Amino acid sequence: MMEEVQVAKAVDARGSFCPGPLMALLGAVRQQSVGDVIALYSSDTGSRTEIPLWVQKAKHELIAVRHHEGYDEFLVRKMR
Amino acid sequence: MKRVVILGGGVGGTIVANLLAKTSKDADITVVDKTGKHAYQPGFIYVAFDRQRPEKLFRDERNLLRRRVRLVVDEVVQVNTRAKAVYLKSGRFLAYDYLVIAGGARLAPEEVPGHEGAHHFYSPEAALRLREALAAFRGGRVVIAIGGIPYKCPPAPAESACLLDYLFSRRGIRDKVQIHYLSPLGRVFPLETVSPTVQRIFDQKGIQYTTFFNVERVDAEKKVVHSLEGESIPYDLLILIPPHHGAKFAQASGLTDAGGWIPTDKFTLEVKGHEGTVWAIGDITDIPISKAGATAHYEAKVVAENIAALVRGALPAARYDGKVMCFCDAGHHRGIAMRFDYTHPPVPPPLSLKWYLGKVLINRLYWQLVPKARA
Repeated sequence: MMEEVQVAKAVDARGSFCPGPLMALLGAVRQQSVGDVIALYSSDTGSRTEIPLWVQKAKHELIAVRHHEGYDEFLVRKMR
Repeated sequence: MKRVVILGGGVGGTIVANLLAKTSKDADITVVDKTGKHAYQPGFIYVAFDRQRPEKLFRDERNLLRRRVRLVVDEVVQVNTRAKAVYLKSGRFLAYDYLVIAGGARLAPEEVPGHEGAHHFYSPEAALRLREALAAFRGGRVVIAIGGIPYKCPPAPAESACLLDYLFSRRGIRDKVQIHYLSPLGRVFPLETVSPTVQRIFDQKGIQYTTFFNVERVDAEKKVVHSLEGESIPYDLLILIPPHHGAKFAQASGLTDAGGWIPTDKFTLEVKGHEGTVWAIGDITDIPISKAGATAHYEAKVVAENIAALVRGALPAARYDGKVMCFCDAGHHRGIAMRFDYTHPPVPPPLSLKWYLGKVLINRLYWQLVPKARA
């Protein structure tokens, strides 16, 4: 089912540390349109708590978190 | 003779120049600086709080450099790494064998819509305007917000919250002032291990805080600051840390990433893609550590040592371990000190008179110790 999600923008923040991945996501959220899905790649384990918390606070939608070898992928839909 | 050109006469550039002048007889050393004035930037915040005069925070760069270092007062327009040349605004150019980019960060307040309604203390002029606004302030809500990450001196906004508490307490109007700190991150302080300590200090002082507040725009008329997360906070006086980017010439030279920072090896401090000829230190790098004078200071020693090795035909062996050290003024004659590097995060420091005095001391001794590379 996840395969159906159309990613409008992929942001590769692997290799950067807190707050790098969050700041990269903020930049993408600013640029994209409402409804777009952003894929964020982060190798910083801190992102696992920080990104979901931010998405919740900013009232966007966390569609999925996928764990890959050495990094995580966060799929975020811009809701407003 | 090997030609070493250093761009920027701030703390990092000055230390590299002076150390090389001391150790490398075969280096021909030139520092290029836009103004020829060296600023002690950590003092700007004290201008806002009326504890320092701006003219005390500047010295002639010439007087801080060893005699055999050439100082060129000019603006860098572009670096051409193929031609190994630096082009200057006056039309001159400088050829180099080794280049050190220490051009610092520039402020971009204009990137936040409505920024005209806000204050900051990242330049002497802005600090003086804030000083006036604080002198006229009789009560209400002071909001401290951060316009973008990264910015110089990560503790400075939290420090300003504590100094506001101290200022209004001394003036006997603390009960008429609300201080509200807006953090762009999910915690109050950028350094994770120190954040609980800062939160405790805020709680003790009655400083309110909101996390995940990334400034979107300021409505200067209605006096409200809006966040990307959808929150709106009213203010009577707004301190907004301006967004920062690397120096313009680096961008014009195609040396930077999207944020205007130079991709730099965090251990060797060589500019990626230009290993062995170009180094970057201080605020202008993309290394994910504090943009602070202490960072530039420790980085400068590594770069000076490695260039000295190359000049004498040896292999460069020094590596930067990410060492940073800083003192923060928490007001009421109390301070905290933090030391950390890439592998050792700062330990939560106790609030003490000792570290406040440490800060007072470094503010006084900076000119004798730091630029001349005696520390």
